[in-house]
Amino acid sequence: MKPAPFKYVIARTLDEALAAKAEYGDEARFLAGGQSLVPTMNFRMAMPAVLIDINPLTELSGIKANGVTRIGAMTRYRMLEADAGIGERLRIIHEALPHIAHPQIRNRGTLGGNLSHADPASEMPAIMLALNATLYLRSAKAARQIAARDFFVGALETVIAPDEMLTEIVVPHLPANSGACFMEVARRQGDFAIAGIAAIVTRGADGTCTRARLTYCGVAQTPFYADDAAQSLIGGPVTPAAIKQAAALAMEALDPPGNSHADPSYQRHVAGVLTRRALATAWART
Amino acid sequence: MTDSHTIAVTVNGVRTEKSVEPRLLLSDFIRHELMLAGTHVGCEHGVCGACTILFDGFPTRSCLMFAVQADGHEIATVEGLSKGETLHPLQQAMHDSHGLQCGYCTPGILMTMSAFLDSNPSPDEHAVREALSGNLCRCTGYQHIVDAVLLAAERMRT
Repeated sequence: MKPAPFKYVIARTLDEALAAKAEYGDEARFLAGGQSLVPTMNFRMAMPAVLIDINPLTELSGIKANGVTRIGAMTRYRMLEADAGIGERLRIIHEALPHIAHPQIRNRGTLGGNLSHADPASEMPAIMLALNATLYLRSAKAARQIAARDFFVGALETVIAPDEMLTEIVVPHLPANSGACFMEVARRQGDFAIAGIAAIVTRGADGTCTRARLTYCGVAQTPFYADDAAQSLIGGPVTPAAIKQAAALAMEALDPPGNSHADPSYQRHVAGVLTRRALATAWART
Repeated sequence: MTDSHTIAVTVNGVRTEKSVEPRLLLSDFIRHELMLAGTHVGCEHGVCGACTILFDGFPTRSCLMFAVQADGHEIATVEGLSKGETLHPLQQAMHDSHGLQCGYCTPGILMTMSAFLDSNPSPDEHAVREALSGNLCRCTGYQHIVDAVLLAAERMRT
């Protein structure tokens, strides 16, 4: 299949890009890495009338750390993979990256494009939710910030307004004595996950868990945050019994949609197993 | 009516200028406008890897980019891999190790793995298989391709 005709607008500055989006609104899509958008256009599942190419906007590309890590929306996955600082401070991102498609896709795909696309099977939305990231949105008229938790509305749906662009992702660093782990099960390397989990726990001075976050990809219409399961871990040490209980709570909370490779009960089972493994690994890393 | 854009692209070291419609995929531009049919088109949604080229030096799916985006950039295709009659060491190793049967996936594999070898001169089998994971081959079962990449790595080191 070939894409339907569209008008191509190349943006040389952020202001140009935002002005074009204000003009064309819903009719237009930003073209970032294009690794999700172009396949849907090739299938004519998406037929935007206008593409605004934001690849020239180097101002949106890069990683800076100063107490928090600020990642420009146009930062490509390969740049995240190559960044030693990310590996040091936010190792869970590095742990998840090899699961995202293939090297050729990661050479082109961007973090901002991925989050804006909001595929529920995708890894980074769950990771950003687990890391409590803040997403910066801009329009020609205004700027706002939104917590990752409030950003995803449904499958392929976010709170981004027709005149807005996601420009930056700000990730707080984990407290001392934190451990994080990302795991997923997919049929083949690089395929969409049957289920994936990001687990982050923090060990207090007395050896108990003081903070826990458990998020999932591939098992709901949005990245899924297992609140009750995470809360159940706080106040005690993360023992095998505590892990088992948290996994049971997470499985209870999950209502996976199922897909052609895994029915809902199997997805729930895999999510439970991953919860136990990822929590044990994350706690061992604290 | 669709608009058209004039683009200047350097392909295998040669600069060319063409007028393209925005919706023209880079893969189709390479095959139908530049008449370089070595770049193959398989799935057209980024899964099979047959259309892999180097875009500014990085292996990239040419079916997931528009030709118009290549304006001012450099592209390398399989046609630029050999030096005249002398095959690239990876091409030679693919031949020696029987790394291809029907050959449809081969150009994409050559572009992916030649770039991989440039940045990983001493890979182990696991790294080769991981780098190869974005290229589907339905004939070989991959074993001989892995053998070829390891053989090429060895020859390129000496």
